[in-house]
Order: sequence, then structure tokens, then C-alpha cells
Amino acid sequence: MSNPLHRKMPKRLAIAAIALLPFSTSALAAEKTLTVYTYESFISEWGPGAKVAEAFEQTCECKVDYVGVADGVELLTRLKLEGENSKADIVLGLDTNLVAEAKATGYFAPHGLDTATLKVPGGFSDDSFVPYDYGHFAVVYDTEALKDPPESLEELVEGDPNQKIVIEDPRTSTPGLGLLLWVKSVYGDRAGEAWAKLKDRVLTVTPGWSEAYGLFTKGEAPMVFSYTTSPAYHMVAENTDRYQAAAFAEGHYIQIEVAGVTKNTKEPELARQFLAFMTGPEFQSIIPTTNWMMPVGETKEPLPAAFDKLVKPEKTFLMSPQEVAANRKAWIDEWLAAMSTN
Amino acid sequence: MIARENRLTIAAGGFSLGGILLFVGLAAAAMLAQGGGDGLFDAYLWRVTRFTLLQASLSTGLSILFAIPVARALARQATFPGRVWMLRLMALPLGVPALVAALGLIEVWGRQGDLNRLLAATGLAEPISIYGLFGILLAHVFFNMPLAARLMLAGLERIPAEYWRTSANLGMGSLAIFRFIEWPAIRGLLPGIAGLVFMLCATSFTLVLTLGGGPAASTIEVAIYQALRFDFDPPRAIALAGLQIVLTGTLLLMLKFVAPPPEEGETSGKAVQRFDGRSRLSRLADRIWLVLALFFVGMPFVAIVTSGMQADLSRLVRESAFHQALATSALVALPSAMISVTIAALMIRTQRLLLAPMIPARRRHRMPARLFAGAIGASTSLVLLAPPVVLGAGWFLLLRPFGDVARFAPFVVIAINALMALPFVHRVLAPAMASHAARTERLAASLGIGGFHRLRWIDWPPLRKPLFMALSFALALSLGDLGAIALFGSQDLATLPWLLYSRMGSYRTADAAGLALILGTICLILTILGTAGEQRSPEGPRT
Repeated sequence: MSNPLHRKMPKRLAIAAIALLPFSTSALAAEKTLTVYTYESFISEWGPGAKVAEAFEQTCECKVDYVGVADGVELLTRLKLEGENSKADIVLGLDTNLVAEAKATGYFAPHGLDTATLKVPGGFSDDSFVPYDYGHFAVVYDTEALKDPPESLEELVEGDPNQKIVIEDPRTSTPGLGLLLWVKSVYGDRAGEAWAKLKDRVLTVTPGWSEAYGLFTKGEAPMVFSYTTSPAYHMVAENTDRYQAAAFAEGHYIQIEVAGVTKNTKEPELARQFLAFMTGPEFQSIIPTTNWMMPVGETKEPLPAAFDKLVKPEKTFLMSPQEVAANRKAWIDEWLAAMSTN
Repeated sequence: MIARENRLTIAAGGFSLGGILLFVGLAAAAMLAQGGGDGLFDAYLWRVTRFTLLQASLSTGLSILFAIPVARALARQATFPGRVWMLRLMALPLGVPALVAALGLIEVWGRQGDLNRLLAATGLAEPISIYGLFGILLAHVFFNMPLAARLMLAGLERIPAEYWRTSANLGMGSLAIFRFIEWPAIRGLLPGIAGLVFMLCATSFTLVLTLGGGPAASTIEVAIYQALRFDFDPPRAIALAGLQIVLTGTLLLMLKFVAPPPEEGETSGKAVQRFDGRSRLSRLADRIWLVLALFFVGMPFVAIVTSGMQADLSRLVRESAFHQALATSALVALPSAMISVTIAALMIRTQRLLLAPMIPARRRHRMPARLFAGAIGASTSLVLLAPPVVLGAGWFLLLRPFGDVARFAPFVVIAINALMALPFVHRVLAPAMASHAARTERLAASLGIGGFHRLRWIDWPPLRKPLFMALSFALALSLGDLGAIALFGSQDLATLPWLLYSRMGSYRTADAAGLALILGTICLILTILGTAGEQRSPEGPRT
């Protein structure tokens, strides 16, 4: 105990200090705390959260504290609501479409890591955000209800209107926004026409992924807009090949999930250490079968066999965060106009 | 002593009103201070508003039209076996999260639903499509017809026994009884019930999007949600909420002018016994309506139970996540229901005292008293139009200078849930308290009975039934609610619906179905509590 305060401490304070001793030692034992804001499914029992915390705590002599909100968009909203006072050290779970707006808040600090070795299709790099996993969007279909799935976005748009698909709303959900950007990437100025055609195949547009996937597994529609990794869950956890993703000839739009360090963090070193850990094999090995996304770095063991069976897009679409931020409103208006006609 | 008690009640009522206004107003102010919000009124908003009004009016109309014969059948057939269970079933939809109800409805009405399979078996080529306006209306009627029927039934059961004796003596037919006795009782309640249903339908969000078939079916609430999510434009959210309140407020006001307030008939408080509805024809008609209602409300629940049974329930109920969610739900729902019922009772009593001609001191201030009473009435209904996410976001902004918002979150969620239940509680309690007051007020005053004695011996026995019903409504409502939690929600404040959505969002569909079943069962237990007054006095309430 080399605390200089000890020598000058008056008697009464010393007594108070002794009374408080049990608390201060327990605080010492807990050491530093790293607060990670993330989406809820990351920290649910089957999510990667607990394993990640355990693995990181072994390397850092610190404690990882999670705060989970509903999803990636809510994560940013929460941060905007909390402002400068947020206790977040790390924000984990934004996707590239939210990056521009997240940076505009000014709440994030540069990470200073070399991310060149990370394998992200489409190649994403940013000075504030580090990717930790990705997934390609895909149309997932029920092999028992659909024998000839569409083999391209064009076939999806032009196909039989009686074979329905459930999609998500780009106004309220990230997959919905993903489909919007995908159609825009493929069709460009003709996106409006494509939506007007696709409209007849759309059974309904749900506010989020859960509702859409729920309708799909209830058998209401033979297709749903989801991820290439969705079949992996059914194969690994439920042992069924029934649900498969359709490979599209034009290529697939990607969703890359990223994390960043907040500007006001009290543990900048620890936070950077976490980001570095995040791209390492420990963390990356946990991701595939808990978060059902593809890893961006080396894993300790090869991925489960089910992942080999997944659709591997040859071409990846990705718009820059700036382009998305600049055009999102106009493109949603275009979508609304095309989808609202009778 | 009674005058002092009345003054206290009025003060408490005013305090409640002030609290509500402050709670909503402060949240709105904090959101407006955020900046942004240009270009509010565009073609999109106009379209969304038009659709909101269209679907809400149709949903309300249909719910009310269906509810009238059902309530009448339940009132006329006061003794059939299973009647109490029918009443309990009618209170269930309130406590079911929208997503669960939507999936339940789809199992009955969907493309692969029971009905279409039945139709396909009979060779009908064109299946019913639930996706579109039809689905939205169906879901809203499913949620609101039982609510409306329960509230109307309570009104019908308050009709004094003398009316039935007289009508029997006069040999009035079924039509005449409806026209001269039942309809006036229902008509008086209509503005309140229709207003409540309209507000619920106008602010509907998940149901409208999921069953609507496309963005042509979007409500103002969708735009509010949009403004708070991707766009993060709090002033726009406030402006949209304001629009919602003004539009619906105007409609409610119009309803109030169209329909006259109910009159309380004098009664000696004899046990109510109805002599009508005994003919073969009326029995048959009642039976048809009840069976229709039973299937309409019950079938989606059968679907919820069937898919819930496929879940690994024994594992689910042993999970610590489930225990925590259950405890959190109880800790949120119980206080908010209690607060809601207390505030509603206080405000109703205040309203009565303010408008009552029997207090000489009040006579001098007629106009302010009327305004005050009007404000109380309006606040208890319009609060439903302030979207929980907006209130939540506002309070988040207000509280953030005081440290970690997560610490305040439970209190804010409880307060929001209490407010959201207020309109329901008010609809249950107000008519019952009005009849009760009309029957006992003068006598109690002349005898000088006040304070605890009046509560215990005069108020409690006849008001027990509506109080239990109000409490169970409020509990079920905040149990099934996700709105307020959506923003504050974190693993520390994970309620049952939150857990359900979280399972749903990570492919655990079976778990979600199991949780829906458990949530439904809890709500059923609550409605058993809510109908507690029902069995004890089969011969009707004594006053």
C-alpha cells in the first residue's frame, strides 16, 4: 500500500476507510470493466456473448459488461439518446449501412488497428469501425413447397406471381434495407420498375426479420428474404435440409457487422485490445455457430460441414456508407411509390 | 368532514391530471429540443393519414357491430354453462402481443390456415387471402370486439331490475326491449368504447404491417417509428404524434356530441333478473352469436396452444432466463396496474365531484370546474395516442443528465404502462362508478358516511367486480406490452414478450411458441381474477 493518502489520513477518516475496506478490495478484484453495447441476440444464452466475455476476460484481467438492445438500428438510436454520457466503451453490432450516421454523431474514436488481413467480401475498411462478421442476404426457400427456386434476382422479379415471398420493410428493418440496396445495385435507375413487378409476388412486407421468418416457417409463403447462413441453422441445430438459400447469378448484397470504440471511453487501451481480440481466432471461432454469420478472420478449427453446403456468392454487392446515407430517403420513396400502386 | 374529503379527492384528481400532463409534456419538450423535423406534411404523410383513418374507422365499426349482439346474447343468457369461461376468453386478446396474435390468426385464416384447407377440401378454388385490408380488419376485430362486448355487457348488467320487471309486465317483445331498454344503455357507452377501439386501431403497428400486404397499408404509427429509428428525427416523431392526437381527438369529440351521455335510472337495487330471451327464437339467435364469437376469438388461441405444446415446455419453464423474465414482467405489470386503477378511480371521482350539482361551493365556479372535468376525461383517453416509444425516448433524453438511464428505466416503463392502461381502466370503472354514485351518493352524504367507512361498506361491495375487471385488464395489458420496453429494453429489463421476441429473432420459433402459450396462460389466470366477482353473485350485483 503505497498510497500517499495513507500517511496524512486523519484518524476519523482512517476508521471510515477501514469500514469501507471490504468494498474497496472487492472493487480491486473486479479490476477494470469494459462496457459493450450490442444487440440482444448477441448476448442471449445461445448467442456468442457469454463465450466471448469468458475468453476475453482470461486475456485482460478485466470484466466485460454487456448492455443489449433490440437490434443494430436501436443500438445507434440508444447511443444518440444517451449522447456524450453513454457508458459504452465498445459499440458492437452496427452494420455498414449505419456507419455513416454513426460517424456523423462524433461519438466514435479511430481504432488504429490494421484491418488489411481481414477477409471481408467487397472489401470494407474504415478508420473508426472494425468488421467482425458478415452475411450475404439471400432468398431462402422451402424445398418442400418450391421445386424450381429463382436463380437470379431477375428471375425473382419476373417469376410466377403465385409463388409468394415475404420481405421486410426498408423503413423499419436492416434486411429490408438490404433488399432495397440489392435491387438498386442490380437494376439502378430501373429499380422502381423492378419493384412494381416484384410487388405481385410479395405476400406481405413485415416490420422486421422475425415476423417474416415466422410467416415463412408457418408455411405461408415458399420464400423469405433472409441470409445465406439461415440454412446452416436448420442443418446444424434442427438437422434438416428443408430450407435452402437460392444462389443468384447477379451476385448477393452483403451485410457486414462492425464494432467501434467510443470517444469518451474511460478505458481506451482495453477497448482497443478488445477490438484486436475480436478479429482473432478465439472470437472468430465462436461466431459462426452462435451468431450464424461468417467469420472475417481465422478460426481455430474449420467451420462445420453445414457451412460448406451454403451458397457462396461469386460476386458481392456493397454500397459505401456515404452513398447509402445520401440516397436512402430517395430510394425508400421510390420503393414506396412502386409498392403502393394498385 | 365530507366536504374536506371531497376537496382532498379533487386535489388528488388534479394532481393525477397534472402528473399525466407533465409526464407527456416533458417527454415531448425533450424530443422537440433535439432539432430537425423539416418537411413534415408531404404526400406520403397524407396517404398514411388517410389509410390510418380508413382502417381505424372500419375496424371500429365492425368491432362494435359484432360486439352488440354478442354482448346482448351474454346478457340475456345469464346462466348457460361455460358462460364465465366465455367472459374470460373475451379478456384474453388484450394480453397477447401483436405478433403472437398475428401468427395465431394466420393459422386459422392464412393461406395454409384451417379455413382455407377446409375450403379447398370442399372444392372452392379461390382461397381467402388474409393479406391486405381484410387481414388488418380481421385482426383488429379479433382484438377489439371482445373488449367492446365486455364493456357493453357490463353496461347491460347495470340496467336496474325495475326495468326488466316493467318490461315483462308490459309484455315487451325482443325488439321493443332492445329499442327502449338495451339500446339506450349501449348508446350511452358507445362514445367511450368506440373511442377506445378507434385509438387502439389507429395506433396499431405490427398487425398493420405484417398483415397489410405492402406499404400501401401504413399507419401514422409506422411513420413515427420510422422517424425514431433510421431517421432519428425526434421533432418529426413528436409532430406526427401530435397529428395523431389532434385527428383522433377531433373524432372523439364529435362522437361525444353525436351520442348523449347515459342516464342513470333510479333503482332500489333489487337483484337483477331478466325475463326476456326465453323464446326459442331468441335462444337460437343468441346461441348462434355466441358460437360465432367463440370460434372467432377462440380458434386463434387453439392455434397458439397447439403450436405452444410442440415446444419443449418443461425445459423452457426451468430456464433461468424465463424465471427472470417472469419476475421482471410481474414487477413491471403489478405496480403499473395498481397505479393505473388508483389514478383512474381518483380521476373519475374528481370528475363526478366537479360536475355534481350537490356541492354548493362548486356552483360559483361552474366553467372552470367543467373545463377541469373535461380535461380529466380527455387525458384519460388521449394518452393512448402518445406512442410509448416517443414517451420512452423523451424520458431517456430528460434523464440522461442524471446518470445511467438504465437505472431509471424500470420506473419509466412502469409509468408508461400505467398510462397506457388508463383508458381501459377508465372505460371499465367510469360507468360502474357513475351508477354507484347515482345510487348511493345522496344517501351516504345525508347519513354523513365518509372516509374509510364509505369505502369499506358502501363503495367496495358493488365496485369490487368492476375493480377486479379493471385490474385484470391493466395487468394483462402491461404483461403483453412491448412498446415501452422496446427502447429501454436491455437484458436487465427483459420481460416475457421481450424474451419471446428475442427467441423469435434467433430462429427459436418453437421456444417463442411455447412462451406465447405460457403468456396466454398467465393472462387466463389474470382474467380468472378479473371475473372473481362474477360467480359469487350469480343473481346480479346488489347495491
